[in-house]
Amino acid sequence: MDEQTIEVRRDIDVILARNVGRKMANEIGFGELDQTRITTAISELARNIVIHANRGKVVIREIQKGDRRGIEVVCTDDGPGIEDIEAALRDGYTTAGGLGIGMTGAKRLMDEFHVESVVGVGTTVIVKKWLR
Amino acid sequence: MKIPILKMEDILIVTIQSELTDREIEELSHDILDMINKVGAEGLIIDITALKVVDSFMARSLNAIANAATLLGSETVVVGIQPAVALTLVELGLRISWGVKTALNLEKGLEILRKKKDK
Ligand SMILES: Nc1ncnc2c1ncn2[C@@H]1O[C@H](COP(=O)(O)OP(=O)(O)O)[C@@H](O)[C@H]1O
Ligand SMILES: [Mg+2]
Repeated sequence: MDEQTIEVRRDIDVILARNVGRKMANEIGFGELDQTRITTAISELARNIVIHANRGKVVIREIQKGDRRGIEVVCTDDGPGIEDIEAALRDGYTTAGGLGIGMTGAKRLMDEFHVESVVGVGTTVIVKKWLR
Repeated sequence: MKIPILKMEDILIVTIQSELTDREIEELSHDILDMINKVGAEGLIIDITALKVVDSFMARSLNAIANAATLLGSETVVVGIQPAVALTLVELGLRISWGVKTALNLEKGLEILRKKKDK
């Protein structure tokens, strides 16, 4: 099954990750609305790497569970980590003057959302969406 | 890539034709405000028909441009938001507090600005 890795360092990489994500979502069979949801979630998470962690990577892959197919996006960085994950998962919480809806928004747009973060070590966010 | 800013009477029209990096959005914001200031525009239309993704950064930038343009005496209308983009923005959590005036397309956007002027 298909898998692609995008190194994320600068704002242009956010667009690259978005484009790879849309193409893969399209190939897996997601419709236009889900493609937009998936691409927007990728945009938020990849930008969080650029803004809050400086550098990291986004891995996008096709997944399968039984006869269900879907897409998984894994965003990892070795940035400062998130001190208060509970707060970061609240609408409007931002430490960088953003809108503070990137994490919660990505969670709402996708079917599964998982975040792990260790201060001083880094952050991993995994999101999945299943074909209906 | 420079994005052209068209002037039609006292209205500026900006058509975003491709995905923009954060830096390009910032540059565009600056160029637009500069132009409003230079020509004394009373209206601004930003056409985002070509955008297939609008994330919170882009949304915040559009809001900032509209607010700053208002301070310079120019009303802003964002036009051309695609249906899938609109629904995704709502799910993303963009609130009504996103105070940008919107219209379906360029014609309707122009109509709003002209009506305003005739009053
Ligand atoms: N990859 C990351 N590394 C460190 N901190 C992060 C990361 N992603 C998110 N955060 C923290 O979580 C907060 C909320 O993120 P988000 O909802 O995307 O809002 P915003 O990016 O607008 O601040 C951020 O302000 C930041 O403090
Ligand atoms: Mg964010």
